[in-house]
Amino acid sequence: MSTEAGHAVGVAMKRKEDPRFIQGKGNYVDDLTIPGMLYLALVRSPYPHAEIKKIDIADAMKKVPGVKAIITGKDLEAAGLGWLPTFHGFDKQMVLGIGKVLFQYQEVAAVFAESREAAADGAEAVQVEYAPLPVVADPFTSKTDQVLLRPDREQKTNHIFHWEVGDKDATMRALSSSPRRIKERLWFQRCHPAPLEPCGCVAYFDTMGRLQFHVTSQAPHVYRTALALVTGIPEDKIHVVSPDIGGGFGNKVPVYPGYVCAIVGALKIGRAVKWIESRTENLTSTGFARDYHMDVEIGATEDGRVTALHVATTADHGAFDAAADPSKYPAGIFGIVTGSYAFPVAHAEVDAYFTNKAPGGIAYRCSFRVTEASYAIERGMDILADELGMDAAELRRKNFIRKDQFPYPSALGFTYDSGDYHKTLDTALDAIGYKQLLEEQAEKRARGELMGIGLSTFTEVVGAGPSKHFDILGIKMFDSAEIRIHPTGAGIVRAGTKSQGQGHETTWAQIVAEELGLDPQTIMVEEGDTDTAPYGLGTYASRSTPTAGAAIAMAARRIREKARKIAAHLLEVGETDVEWKDYKFQVKGVPSKTVTMKEVAFAAYTNMAQNEPGLEATFYYDPPNMTYPNGAYVAVVDVDRETGEVKVRRFLAVDDCGTIINPMVVEGQIHGGLTEGFAIAFMQEIQYDGDGNNLNTNFTDYLLPTSLETPHWETAKTITPSPHHPIGAKGVGESPNVGSPAAFVNAVIDALSPLGVRHIDMPITRDKVWSAIRAAEDRKK
Amino acid sequence: MKVKVTVNGVAYERDVKPRTLLAYFLREACGLTGTHVGCDTSNCGCCVVVMDGGRAVKSCTMFAVQADGHQIMTVEGLANGATLHPLQQGFWDQHGLQCGYCTPGMMLTAYALLKHNPNPSEADIREGLAGNLCRCTGYQNIVKAVQQAAEKMREPVSARS
Amino acid sequence: MIPAAFEYIRAHSPDEALGQLQKHGSDARVLAGGQSLIPAMRFRLARPAVLVDINGIGSFDYIRVSNGTLNIGAIARDSAVEHASWIGECKWSLLRDVSRVVADPVVRQTGTVVGSLCHNDPAGDWTATSLAARASVVVRGKSGQRIVAIDQFLIDSFTTAVSNGEMVIEVRFPVPDDRTAGSYQKVERKVGDFATAAAAVQVSLAVDGTIRTAGVALSAAGPCAVRVAEAERLLVGQKPGADVIRAAAAEASKKSDPQADLRGSVAYKKHLAGVLVARGLQQAFERLGVKP
Repeated sequence: MSTEAGHAVGVAMKRKEDPRFIQGKGNYVDDLTIPGMLYLALVRSPYPHAEIKKIDIADAMKKVPGVKAIITGKDLEAAGLGWLPTFHGFDKQMVLGIGKVLFQYQEVAAVFAESREAAADGAEAVQVEYAPLPVVADPFTSKTDQVLLRPDREQKTNHIFHWEVGDKDATMRALSSSPRRIKERLWFQRCHPAPLEPCGCVAYFDTMGRLQFHVTSQAPHVYRTALALVTGIPEDKIHVVSPDIGGGFGNKVPVYPGYVCAIVGALKIGRAVKWIESRTENLTSTGFARDYHMDVEIGATEDGRVTALHVATTADHGAFDAAADPSKYPAGIFGIVTGSYAFPVAHAEVDAYFTNKAPGGIAYRCSFRVTEASYAIERGMDILADELGMDAAELRRKNFIRKDQFPYPSALGFTYDSGDYHKTLDTALDAIGYKQLLEEQAEKRARGELMGIGLSTFTEVVGAGPSKHFDILGIKMFDSAEIRIHPTGAGIVRAGTKSQGQGHETTWAQIVAEELGLDPQTIMVEEGDTDTAPYGLGTYASRSTPTAGAAIAMAARRIREKARKIAAHLLEVGETDVEWKDYKFQVKGVPSKTVTMKEVAFAAYTNMAQNEPGLEATFYYDPPNMTYPNGAYVAVVDVDRETGEVKVRRFLAVDDCGTIINPMVVEGQIHGGLTEGFAIAFMQEIQYDGDGNNLNTNFTDYLLPTSLETPHWETAKTITPSPHHPIGAKGVGESPNVGSPAAFVNAVIDALSPLGVRHIDMPITRDKVWSAIRAAEDRKK
Repeated sequence: MKVKVTVNGVAYERDVKPRTLLAYFLREACGLTGTHVGCDTSNCGCCVVVMDGGRAVKSCTMFAVQADGHQIMTVEGLANGATLHPLQQGFWDQHGLQCGYCTPGMMLTAYALLKHNPNPSEADIREGLAGNLCRCTGYQNIVKAVQQAAEKMREPVSARS
Repeated sequence: MIPAAFEYIRAHSPDEALGQLQKHGSDARVLAGGQSLIPAMRFRLARPAVLVDINGIGSFDYIRVSNGTLNIGAIARDSAVEHASWIGECKWSLLRDVSRVVADPVVRQTGTVVGSLCHNDPAGDWTATSLAARASVVVRGKSGQRIVAIDQFLIDSFTTAVSNGEMVIEVRFPVPDDRTAGSYQKVERKVGDFATAAAAVQVSLAVDGTIRTAGVALSAAGPCAVRVAEAERLLVGQKPGADVIRAAAAEASKKSDPQADLRGSVAYKKHLAGVLVARGLQQAFERLGVKP
């Protein structure tokens, strides 16, 4: 596609960042080597809950050549660094075990050594004596408070918080007076983002006494501020650099004990320290996601108009509430649970509990808890359709928020910006041939074959967020851009976000090119260096395009304003006689008198007259609202009765993310997100047994689909721009992961519904399907 | 132990411990960081290199000492000077990468695949890449990338631009 | 994930390899493909003091027919079977099927058939295949060479009839006649996973269309891959048909003795064993041009 100066938004431009990756010249954190660098290995607890009686480091220090130092929780405590505040702010987290350990694989000691091998040998040689304590392996047991997990907290209970939104009384009244009602317990299982690059860092103090911290962080500025607050090192003396990151998906948002230990080691020993975790460590100790047990209740009239929605959730946060949520939202943006429907009244509540599992609750390829909410409502609506004997599409159509109702104030306090849900659904049903599929299904059912069609018509909420409501550790969730145009019309844009594969080096350049009539190939994009990038809250929760994308457009418009003055000077007219048209400055009413931005750029340095020299601008964007991407997904599945295998025959995703900056990038994001949704629906799970043992500690047991299992994805779009976003864009990276799990589950349950199967929790394994079929057949007998 | 491994046509003579994995040898002793480590159990394929011209090998599951006297191709050896290999061009053209972490291993597995099977069907490609994980792309564009490369590589040499 | 330290010895000949194994006894392990051993070493579950690398012994790298058997040498790779020029022949259909589902397509380029048999993972693919195909292994040691039928070779999980100071140098598959076909049916949650259940079958037909020989074996159905002798007995002498397939499948389910784990319950896995034997037999017969 053409990438000349001018039209750039909407162009499927090849990515500018690719050349280094395809040549193996990416700069990931493990690629960095500093002279004299030490390696850090962490000693971890085999026990899910135990007192630490004794840590004997003598053998490790004396008998393993190359071991330079070992620190424990007690050492950190003495330095005031024993505990980290979690991003959520509701809790703090041990860096290394102090007094006791609270989850299997918890960090207990840090070994610094000359080589990877010595560090591993050293860690093995550390002897820890534990006295096991009773294990709390699920949140319902935790709720009884029979075993108190966190005596360090003021409130002596395992209950972390209660959060609610909506009108409970009105909702419960409406439910009890509704002629039809469904109630179902839905569990969104614990999963883990598992980016292919594990977490890691290199820390060292340079000759100016500054902390140089290279780290896999999706939010480098927040790290810098958090480190300043926690360590007492002045913020100007901390340089955080997020290099190329091999996938984040929310896993690389929290600050991890390994990072703190690396920094402490670098400080105490005076040498650079590298910490790169193993896959096992990644899966067992870093930010997990989901683990929401949701009781969903929907009320309806006889003819299928919804009357009320109530969702009560029991949340398992593991040993520490390390959820990286905005501070006023301990349950994230779960309030989107009314989804695409005009519920007159609704109430949602979440109660969170500690357990002896890895800490967290991060936003895994979703806007905080939006996947859980979307799953709850889309499964709930299907269960309601089943109960009413109504077609699933018909029920949805009947209850959609109508196009003319936008901006729509939901019963749980959101103002949805825009959407045309009927059109999006119709587009999907037409494209998939819904009528024909229903006919085919009827024929197959007559022969006892199990074919299912599943819908998900989700609305999600991204772009955290407006300063009125959103902050992380008190820092408001704006984002920023700084643009500088050079004399020859090339330029550089720096933003406060940090791509981990989303393509910002291309898409941000496209926005600048579009706004300023320049060539995106010569607009350099930089992110992740806290010394140079303007302050931002990072990239996760699909917030980058809604916030930084907006900031870039607004900064570019500030540049255009400055440029207009210089253009007027070049065109020898007054400022008000110049307008921006067709990617050029033009004298109003005189189309032949134009000057390009490139010419203006040169003049900004060589012939600026009385105007300020140079051509740059900064913009910090506080979004006025969230954005609400939506979609209609259809899954078609065939179930093998004998083996319980579910084959996804077709999957169509129609997404509406407003204005699309780069269709190729958007399509790639959708393929990737659907693949993660597919994996979550059918195979991904971090399970703990009743004794607190983690059963899915590496990729042999935590299953990620390969090219062979992954279905072919069909994609389409509708475009309903966001009215409040400068370029109408909404963000899309996570929609497919948010909307698809319900489509898959709805399809499987639809296939099994003739047998009377009502629900199966994810991951939908072969055994679960086979067992459900067998149980149904037994019931018939 | 002293080993001599020819990587991308260059002989590297190094002293290594027996337990040094080939992946770390390439990354650290040879300074070629394009080969990545993504898991502990040989599942992810980020570490794949090509041995002796045609065997795709998970370099995290081989010791450097085993490569003594052998030829290894890493991602850094794919291009011909400034000319990208058709696989690299295919991945770029077809948006077959996002974060880039799986890409070197994915391309080298495809390299070995195309050596055995220069005209693979989509099913052949999906089967052939099933030892390599990707978390970003959903594989669809990776398949297109390999198809583009295969087509290009089947052209007579003089026809390739 | 760094292995513990070990001494590395590269053997240049079979005698040298055996000499080192005899010298170091239980301290030494053979390094062939290493695709099971090295991951175990990275987790320090295996900590051999000495590794004897046999990959440089060219005389171990062969797949050839000799005296009525297909002989696969100690370092012949899984992929060499997978891509053999003759693998498309009907009589080798069991080997063809299994060679495409062992581990994953990259691991197969280094992993070896012999190594897989010596490792004897309860869910291994080559073990069940060897049982169904009536293979035998050649074990060489201090006192010379002996041939061990695969049934006697596979003893228990990760335990075979190889003693310290010995090694397997070859596996032999009898060359089937032309009225033979097989099938390998494997249910795995994804490529690279161990089997949830797997069945290997190989059948040959007599001139009158009855089943002349039958090999039926299961993997992931107990501590060790296992032959379902009862199913084999049922099949021999019968014409291929739905009833006899059903009966054989029922025997397989009965024989299957799996552990419940993340892949499924005991009931599910036993059920699958039957389903896979049925599907395997069905496919084998169809390959022979018979529609039961």
